[in-house]
Amino acid sequence: MQAFANLYAELDATTRTQVKQDALIDYFRVAPPGDAAWAVYMLAGRRMKRLIGPRKLREWLAEASGLPDWLVEETYQHVGDLAETISLLMEDEGERRAVDGSLAEWIEQAILGLRKLEEPEQKAHVLAHWRSLPRPACFLYNKLLTGSLRVGVSRGLVERALAALGDLPRALIARRLIGEFEPTAEFFTALFDQEQREEREGQPYPFFLASPLESEPESLGAAQDWLAEWKWDGIRAQLIARPGGVWLWSRGEEPMNGRFPEVELAATDLPEVVLDGEILAWDSGVLPFSQMQRRIQRKTIGEKMLREVPVIFLAYDVLEYQQQDWRERPLGERRALLEELLAGSGETAVRISPSVTASDWHGLAQLREESRERMVEGLMLKRLDSPYRSGRVRGDWWKWKIEPLTIDAVLLYAQPGHGRRANLYTDYTLAVRDGDAFVPIAKAYSGLTDKEIQKLDHWIRRNTVEKFGPVRSLKPEHVLEIAFEGIQPSPRHKSGIALRFPRIARWRQDKPVAEADTLEQVKDLLRLYGG
Amino acid sequence: MHDPLVIPTDEGLYCPAGNFHIDPWRPVATAVITHAHADHARSGHQLYYAQHLSVPILRHRLGEHEFIGLAYGEQRRFGPITLSLHSAGHVLGSAQVRVAHDDGRVWVVSGDYKRDADPTCAPFEVVPCDTLITEATFALPCYRWPPVEEVGQQIWDWWSGNPDRPCVLFTYAFGKAQRVLAALTAHTDRTVYLHGAMVALTGLYRDADVAMLPTQAVSELPRSESMNGKLILAPPSAAGSPWMRRYKNASTGFASGWMRIRGNRRRRGYDQGFELSDHADWPALLNTIRDCGASTVLTTHGRSDDLVRYLREHEGIDARALTTLYGGEDD
Repeated sequence: MQAFANLYAELDATTRTQVKQDALIDYFRVAPPGDAAWAVYMLAGRRMKRLIGPRKLREWLAEASGLPDWLVEETYQHVGDLAETISLLMEDEGERRAVDGSLAEWIEQAILGLRKLEEPEQKAHVLAHWRSLPRPACFLYNKLLTGSLRVGVSRGLVERALAALGDLPRALIARRLIGEFEPTAEFFTALFDQEQREEREGQPYPFFLASPLESEPESLGAAQDWLAEWKWDGIRAQLIARPGGVWLWSRGEEPMNGRFPEVELAATDLPEVVLDGEILAWDSGVLPFSQMQRRIQRKTIGEKMLREVPVIFLAYDVLEYQQQDWRERPLGERRALLEELLAGSGETAVRISPSVTASDWHGLAQLREESRERMVEGLMLKRLDSPYRSGRVRGDWWKWKIEPLTIDAVLLYAQPGHGRRANLYTDYTLAVRDGDAFVPIAKAYSGLTDKEIQKLDHWIRRNTVEKFGPVRSLKPEHVLEIAFEGIQPSPRHKSGIALRFPRIARWRQDKPVAEADTLEQVKDLLRLYGG
Repeated sequence: MHDPLVIPTDEGLYCPAGNFHIDPWRPVATAVITHAHADHARSGHQLYYAQHLSVPILRHRLGEHEFIGLAYGEQRRFGPITLSLHSAGHVLGSAQVRVAHDDGRVWVVSGDYKRDADPTCAPFEVVPCDTLITEATFALPCYRWPPVEEVGQQIWDWWSGNPDRPCVLFTYAFGKAQRVLAALTAHTDRTVYLHGAMVALTGLYRDADVAMLPTQAVSELPRSESMNGKLILAPPSAAGSPWMRRYKNASTGFASGWMRIRGNRRRRGYDQGFELSDHADWPALLNTIRDCGASTVLTTHGRSDDLVRYLREHEGIDARALTTLYGGEDD
């Protein structure tokens, strides 16, 4: 594990992508394949099932460090990372020993082995490691114990490092890393096979992700070179219909089979094909996302739910047809095939996403104005001669979203962030005015600049009214503009309103609290736009 | 019940019986200064008392004022009060202020202090007292400093391991920079290059016979001179400023107690963080409070609330937080 701890420290110490990639290549080159497989698994952002909850770990930490619970809690809030808090508080307890054993042994025995034990034995094992591992290894052990690493390495970076090491196209590595895999030595070795072997049956392709359009669409050239579609607000998905069966994958590469039976059923009528699209709650038109949420929250879908919130798969693209990879073909060709395949699919649960046509950008801009009434987020623009790429690559796919709704709200509570924002007050609760009182309307992580965060953090520390654990209530003095994508009634919120994707647009230092928005004004927005 | 010997006022900590202030932040007649950091030593007072090694630094930072330099342990009378200064181990000339009343009560104002080894200043002296007014900058149990030799070794490994790039180490100009220069004498006799803000202060340390690596101002080097493989010390305010243009491919580091926390390291974007602090860590705070035997502890800047609660609930000490304007975030 020591080699991996060193790699982790190296990755953690730099912000330079090239340095990180070189460190990864150096590690993968010499690591035993069994270790390298686990390293890929963890660094690519996979999570192991958490074996011991954070509450339990904090309880054990208080006992092992001899510190009172509240002080462990305060320290954890200050450090912002439980794994790190443990390694810091346990550093002076017990004798440190050099770390031996491979990464695979550590994960498979020291971590996964806990599964078979009763709680008292689990605790004895964990505490023994806390007392003997040197700080960096102890930190890493706790990271593994809590299920995920997060070290500023994207999956793309892992793919690039492996591709460079194996002298293979990155797309091939990306394809081999997608979906579910077992982190074994065989798996790691097979990543570098030169032959295009038969990929696993239900294996998805990497998703192509669009980037926000930050300039005028005229900068993209002629409108005729682009396909425009509505930007739907559902669940992006890949639908695979192959001779072996039907598979449905989320953008986060979670298998979603069983969740949307009507889509799977309709897919059995499809030819052999892999489609990219969006799952939407739909009943003669798209339903508000709040309806979709009702479905997402259920693990098993009953008759009633199927009736009340039916869903469809709206297809955007064809990635594979009759076992041929179509991703390199131009979008125009893929779109023609898609139209042919789904012609007359009007009333089934797999349909085509309609194109939006106008003679020029101005015409599209006018149609885009209808977005909110149509319950879409704006337009998607896709270059007609582009291939289906993988990951977020700028240039061929743009999301041209409508301006978000905004309100001016008052900062009422603050709480420290985690990770890079540990020990900084960056998580805010914002409120609107209701007579002389304030009603919380949204929680938002700071979208302010680092300078503004520092300044507000400084102010928060000096203007705290009360502390509730990590949360501080504040003098109502600062007005922040929050932007959001939608507004819905919600019985679970005190205000009776839930905002979708609230974030801080800017700090209205020019606005006194008396001019912040009122609950009445927000209710007007709900009447206008609430689905 | 006696009146307290030291109270917080709008001007700063004040001793009514002796009619003097300690580290006041507004102009007063008589100011006793614990050390020359900006949040403790401000200009505009009529008369300053400070440890005599602190006086040249105060003069450098505040300009000409009336200064009276005291040796550690030297006593002065202010009415019924006997005042003396005792080493705080924080920076050159740093002092705790002992305030002893003729009725037998003894209060100590710690100022900033540390218990770790530091060849650039006198070691901390334990001063028995009834009431201790202590700093609490790093009063959480996650703060325990590694031995300074270990940190010196890390800085040296970083410097010597980067022969093809300049190494820019950000440290506070007064105290920390000189401590780094002293710690590195164990590894090399190479010259270290200084940002302009550090040149005069480092000279004052040399005047006080503190052994450090040879230094030269960056500004004295010709523009054409390669900075690769050189160590440059600069104050944190120089990070991201036009001054950095000369060190395009530099590896950067920051020496501070805050660097013990990974989130702080990553947020600041330095390549290296070195855990080096001139403040007391958690064990040092507790040990100091126990060593001096105080039955009452008042806390100033930092994690005051946590220290107060801990002392009350687990050490059986009457503890309270004082509100002061000391920064405490700097280290």
